[in-house]
Amino acid sequence: MSASVIVQAICFYAFSAVLLASGVMVIASRNPVHSVLFLILAFFNAAALFLLLGAEFLALILVIVYVGAVAVLFLFVVMMLDINFVELRQGVLQYLPVGAVVGIILLIELVFVFGAWVVVPNVAASIAAPMPLAGGISNTQALGALIYTRYVYAFQAAGLVLLVAMIGAIVLTHRARAGVRRQDIARQVGRRREDTLEIVKVRPRQGI
Amino acid sequence: MLAIGLAHYLTVAAILFTLGIFGIFLNRKNVIIILMSVELMLLAVNINFVAFSAFLGDLVGQIFAMFVLTVAAAEAAIGLAIIVVYFRNRGTIAVEDINLMKG
Repeated sequence: MSASVIVQAICFYAFSAVLLASGVMVIASRNPVHSVLFLILAFFNAAALFLLLGAEFLALILVIVYVGAVAVLFLFVVMMLDINFVELRQGVLQYLPVGAVVGIILLIELVFVFGAWVVVPNVAASIAAPMPLAGGISNTQALGALIYTRYVYAFQAAGLVLLVAMIGAIVLTHRARAGVRRQDIARQVGRRREDTLEIVKVRPRQGI
Repeated sequence: MLAIGLAHYLTVAAILFTLGIFGIFLNRKNVIIILMSVELMLLAVNINFVAFSAFLGDLVGQIFAMFVLTVAAAEAAIGLAIIVVYFRNRGTIAVEDINLMKG
């Protein structure tokens, strides 16, 4: 048993233990802010697991996208909305039995699946894009060479999904406020003298 | 037990996925926690993809995991926007109060 295998095992068990513990805390903690912070911890540990698996690019993308964008978005929304979270927590135990039943059924099904599946004998023949050899190009380079060639349409579609999500979020949350004075250049330019200005000849001692 | 194989990663992902399902049922009132549970489930799916990709020596799994990540980010943005709009209109985000259509 070489030392690297032992180190790898220790890292795997530590990261996955923290991942699962923070996953439990995400759904169980009373304060949603704590939930978001535990979600961030879970993402960091999942990124560490990805690193153990050799997917460096995906690990760092996970940290950047989830911790840098999604979790901060959650944090913003949790802190901006004025919600009585204690009230929302009430009645949790009411759903505990049905949730436990569904969860246990799902877990049993997953165990069955794990016990049943086998890798096909000639799996090497069906590999679509083989991993780069160790010491060759890096994981990031290999992914880029694949994304920008064979999967370029899927890549563009992913960009389109993000664009639609961005526009949708803006359209949903943007509200035109009444009473805000904005500059209307067309109206300014289109103003004529006779619309706005009136010359009144005032006679002496008569007033208007 | 010490040599980490594919089954270890799949077990972790399965437990995480079940945690996500459990979180949806447990926090029936709080939509934000439900969205976080969905994110946990997507993370479990991603772990599955990357584990299979690493142990079968196929890069396509990692590419697909990246697309899952993209969709998860878009879903979080849209979902949170809907929550903000709903809160603005109704003053609450309790799921049980969303019964306007009597469904």
